[in-house]
Amino acid sequence: MSLLNIQDLKVSFTTPEGEVNAVNGLNLSLNEGETLAVVGESGSGKSQTAFATMGLLAKNGRATGTINFDGQNLLGMSTKALNKVRSQQIGMIFQDPMTSLNPYLRISEQMAEVLTLHKGMSKRDAITESVKMLDAVRIPDARNRITNYPHEFSGGMRQRIMIAMSLLCRPRLLIADEPTTALDVTVQAQIMQLLGDIRREFGTAIILITHDLGVVAGFCDRTLVLYGGQVMEEGQTETVFANPTHPYTLGLLQAVPRLDREEVELATIAGEPPDMSRLPAGCPFSPRCAVAMDRCATQRPALETLEAGHRRACHKPIAEVA
Amino acid sequence: MSTILSVKDLSVTFDIRRPGAWPWTPADKLHAVNEVSFDLAAGECLGIVGESGSGKSTLARAIVGTVPSSGGQIMFEGGDLANMSSAERRVHRRDVQMIFQDPLAALNPRMTVGEIIAEPLITHEPNTPRAEVKKRVAELMERVGLLPNLINRYPHEFSGGQCQRIGIARALILKPKLLICDEPVSALDVSVQAQVVNLLMGLQRDFGLSLIFIAHDLSVVKHISDRIMVLYLGRTMEHADAHALTTQPEHPYTQALISSVPIPDPVLEKARSRPILEGELPSPLAPPSGCVFRTRCVKAVASCANERPIMTDIGHHHYVACPYHTPKQVLETA
Repeated sequence: MSLLNIQDLKVSFTTPEGEVNAVNGLNLSLNEGETLAVVGESGSGKSQTAFATMGLLAKNGRATGTINFDGQNLLGMSTKALNKVRSQQIGMIFQDPMTSLNPYLRISEQMAEVLTLHKGMSKRDAITESVKMLDAVRIPDARNRITNYPHEFSGGMRQRIMIAMSLLCRPRLLIADEPTTALDVTVQAQIMQLLGDIRREFGTAIILITHDLGVVAGFCDRTLVLYGGQVMEEGQTETVFANPTHPYTLGLLQAVPRLDREEVELATIAGEPPDMSRLPAGCPFSPRCAVAMDRCATQRPALETLEAGHRRACHKPIAEVA
Repeated sequence: MSTILSVKDLSVTFDIRRPGAWPWTPADKLHAVNEVSFDLAAGECLGIVGESGSGKSTLARAIVGTVPSSGGQIMFEGGDLANMSSAERRVHRRDVQMIFQDPLAALNPRMTVGEIIAEPLITHEPNTPRAEVKKRVAELMERVGLLPNLINRYPHEFSGGQCQRIGIARALILKPKLLICDEPVSALDVSVQAQVVNLLMGLQRDFGLSLIFIAHDLSVVKHISDRIMVLYLGRTMEHADAHALTTQPEHPYTQALISSVPIPDPVLEKARSRPILEGELPSPLAPPSGCVFRTRCVKAVASCANERPIMTDIGHHHYVACPYHTPKQVLETA
């Protein structure tokens, strides 16, 4: 049975300019210990999916559908019950490690709070446990540095602290929302290696939200490609990268310059990322799609299964896409 | 090819006052750029890569002339930037233009796109007839891929990619000879990034521009550049032809940098055994003695702490600042 199962998730925001639909009928499932990449550009709804799962939507946001975590629907759960799940079962790390730590509190207090609150530990035990976790994410000299404030750490170190904090209650699922986007490439490599080790050591399932296809390639079992709040393609990472069947996946893969190749000119996807308040009735990618047909603008393609675990949402036959 | 820009032993130092220090205590010196030298030929593109804090942006600003250099020389078309008269400096400001990382922040929110693009032209050539200004703005907008009917819109009405196009049009209206791009695509989405990179390469070809392209993404830099310079803590580590540098890097830092760049191919990427660079950039206020990279270098020996490595040409204008350099193929190239 899957650990996380999202069915027909819709997230919309009421704004003065009208209704903005960030996620439009998303289905997703994740098994215990699995790593899933959620790939997409800005406005694809990848972060809002994570926020809806964690119950962190902005006040003007509404989520409908079902988000089943370990058999319980997280949507419509009372805050108290939800707090229990998201504190102990699901951890989340964010893009900017500085703004997600409290600048006024020592790391020791921020970390110990998690354990005293959720596990009922004494302060002393909580700090011992926190130091252990900081050691696990390889913060040098953790015993002494735990009394420092967030600004005394570098960006990479802060992200390590965030990871340590999210792991304190040994969650079964870790949602990482662009965890390395703000970091240098050498630090990114360190953090991705660390996440890999954590997955092996603790058996944590990880959802990695990113726009960096290189990071996905090295880390994730399965890949979900989002556009305009809808799933465009989903499958084993190897399959999706080697045989993309959706014009958007294909376009994304071709638009990235690669260090191991010589390209004369980069392939581009025409146009700009979508305006979520004015999505077309049909396929959200149709205005930018090079092979779009008439019905793409009016009729939304269903997510069809090609073979085990490989799914796509496109009207165009595969042979005419690739 | 003629050399358009020649930088020799350039250093840029900032005074850093420690909080709470007495007014008479001397300020700490932060060497943001240290003895950097390179030549740029007309029509050539030089890529500059390095981690944050490596001094890439400061180097760019020194060439434009917005931060003063504390040592060395910047020669632009034969004229020394430090000894320019104010008239010469005005010409230099026209010839060297810059585009920035955050495209929206770089544009005045209270000016229309037309005003933003025309502003440099009106400043430098106040006698240009209105009709001529309008014509040139419209031409440029079309060239950078903006519909001319958007001329009266404000920056907030545009997406990031379009804002970067506006920034490029503004930089090009004075027909500069050198365009400095400081992380021009890092804030953009992948699909839009490719559009802007292609646009820059097309403009470089059409206008015969020289380009300095600064970015932390080595894949993008390699794609656009003829030559690449690798900076670490304000010093040049390696400087070579883009192809040579990415396929046969010599310096241990370049090799580590390349091995940490992920390749979007699951089969290759998961099979890669990569030595990951440990630790972080040391504080630029107290850089390591001798070779600045030695604290993280796998090849470091005791003598690295005493002697600063000298930049040596190992052939084909491939410069390396490491006495223990050896070529190493880090990537399988297709």
